[in-house]
Amino acid sequence: MGIVTPDLGLIFWTSIVFICLLFILTKFVWKPVLGAVNKREQNITEALELAEKTKKEMIVLQASNENLLKEARAERDNILKEAKEISVRLVEDAKTTAKVEAEKVLAGARETINSEKASAIAELKNQVAILSIEIAEKVVRGELSSDTKQKDLAEKLAGDINLN
Amino acid sequence: MVLKKPLFQLFPFKTHFISFFLLFINKDSLPLRQNLKTYIRKNSMMNLRNAVKSIVLTCLTVLTFNTSFANNGEKKEEFNVSEMIMHHIGDAHEWHIMGGHHDAVSIPLPVILVDGGLKMFNSSSLYHGKILTATDEAGEEITYIADETNGYAMFHEKIYKLNANGELDFHNGHPTNAKPLDLSITKNTMSLLIGATLLILVMLTVAKYYKKNGSVAPKGLAKFIEPLIVFVRDEIALANIGEHKYKKFTPFLLTIFFFILINNILGLIPVFPGGANLTGNIAVTLVLAVASLFATVFSGNKNYWKHIFATPGVPVPLLIIMIPIEIVGIFTKPFALMIRLFANMTAGHIIILALISIIFINQSAAWGFLSVPMALFISVLEILVAFLQAYLFAMLTSLFISAAVEEHHH
Repeated sequence: MGIVTPDLGLIFWTSIVFICLLFILTKFVWKPVLGAVNKREQNITEALELAEKTKKEMIVLQASNENLLKEARAERDNILKEAKEISVRLVEDAKTTAKVEAEKVLAGARETINSEKASAIAELKNQVAILSIEIAEKVVRGELSSDTKQKDLAEKLAGDINLN
Repeated sequence: MVLKKPLFQLFPFKTHFISFFLLFINKDSLPLRQNLKTYIRKNSMMNLRNAVKSIVLTCLTVLTFNTSFANNGEKKEEFNVSEMIMHHIGDAHEWHIMGGHHDAVSIPLPVILVDGGLKMFNSSSLYHGKILTATDEAGEEITYIADETNGYAMFHEKIYKLNANGELDFHNGHPTNAKPLDLSITKNTMSLLIGATLLILVMLTVAKYYKKNGSVAPKGLAKFIEPLIVFVRDEIALANIGEHKYKKFTPFLLTIFFFILINNILGLIPVFPGGANLTGNIAVTLVLAVASLFATVFSGNKNYWKHIFATPGVPVPLLIIMIPIEIVGIFTKPFALMIRLFANMTAGHIIILALISIIFINQSAAWGFLSVPMALFISVLEILVAFLQAYLFAMLTSLFISAAVEEHHH
């Protein structure tokens, strides 16, 4: 049968064409294309891995963030509490100091007033004494302005002494 | 040649027209003709069923009518199916496009002969040579074409050197003349070159895409070809050979796969530049099988040869039987590849041609209603087979290679 007898000419041409195809395609197509495909696949794998890694990191980061937040919140509460305490204490202190100061001031004021009063009284006493002397002088001078009166006074004084 | 008469003479045009006329005057199909529009407008299931019934009945009537007419007609020259099919699946020195004998339209191809030096001439001088008749000792008449200007004759697409009288001598129906080495660019060789060119063009376009765009997602032709390349790499090379050694063999398997695929598909196209039964030619599958054999044998490691010449666990006396069997086994594997591809592709071509031949055997175009859907079905199936055979060839080759490079395991 003709169709099962291989034809030498066609064997020759097929061999040549197949070998040429093998070389041309391997050099110019299969290697570059497979290289590109492999590279892309590698890129995709790497990108996926990176995404996975980032995701994990994100979770860790989130957890730490939460912790940080919690700590911060606790610290804030602490600070607030302390501040409140301090403020209360400060107010208290201020109050007591103010009271003490006020009392001190009051006491001082009172003392001053008292001393001022005493000195004023003393002054007044002096003034009164001076005035009295002056009055007395004037009175005495009036009493003693005439000889009769000087005689009357002398007589009266003498009368007093005599009586004693 | 194929047909003893031009195609249109075999084609019973008159009866063919009558049968189409009958389709419309047939009693069953009358409502179809008159009320087709109404039928469609009403869109009634009942009417549709009637319409289908009348078409089927008409076809049957036409078929029976025609065959009876044809039988009553004048004696026509027998249509030789097997000759036509053998011609179509075989090789030729010209690319026949249409028509028969003298009004045939065909592309002449160069004839290259090695006969005491290289001789080249146009095949048309062979086909349009002198038709000679010889009688062999059995008394049978044999016709062949002699090209006296070049000194060669062609008998059944084989080229022989003419003897001193410018004739061929026959013995038992075969020429006894010298047969020069025929390296002609035959129909199959031409198809081979077209397929290879097409493959290179397609693949270079794909490669250019990656060169231009780098390792990005493919578009256009690359988008279509890349899955096939990746499929061959992953499902054929990697899956069978294993990840340590598959890279070395992937280009070879890719070449085999795409070479077979593109030639299978070209073979399914009925007109030029397709239609040659290239992958259904034993010479082509032989070359591919030898390539597979070489790839296996030359990559075979120590274990592979040890398995052949000293199969582990086999007693020494048995080796006397085992060694020849194993050696034969080296060759039967690629031999099976050769036969498988050849037989599958040739069978596909034969089935399609045989189904189309139904029309010409019955000499009635009405048989086209039967033959065309069946041929279409087989053609679609052949597209699947084109991919399947390319896959199988590459897959089995990779299996043989994997057996040859496999490391010893316990």
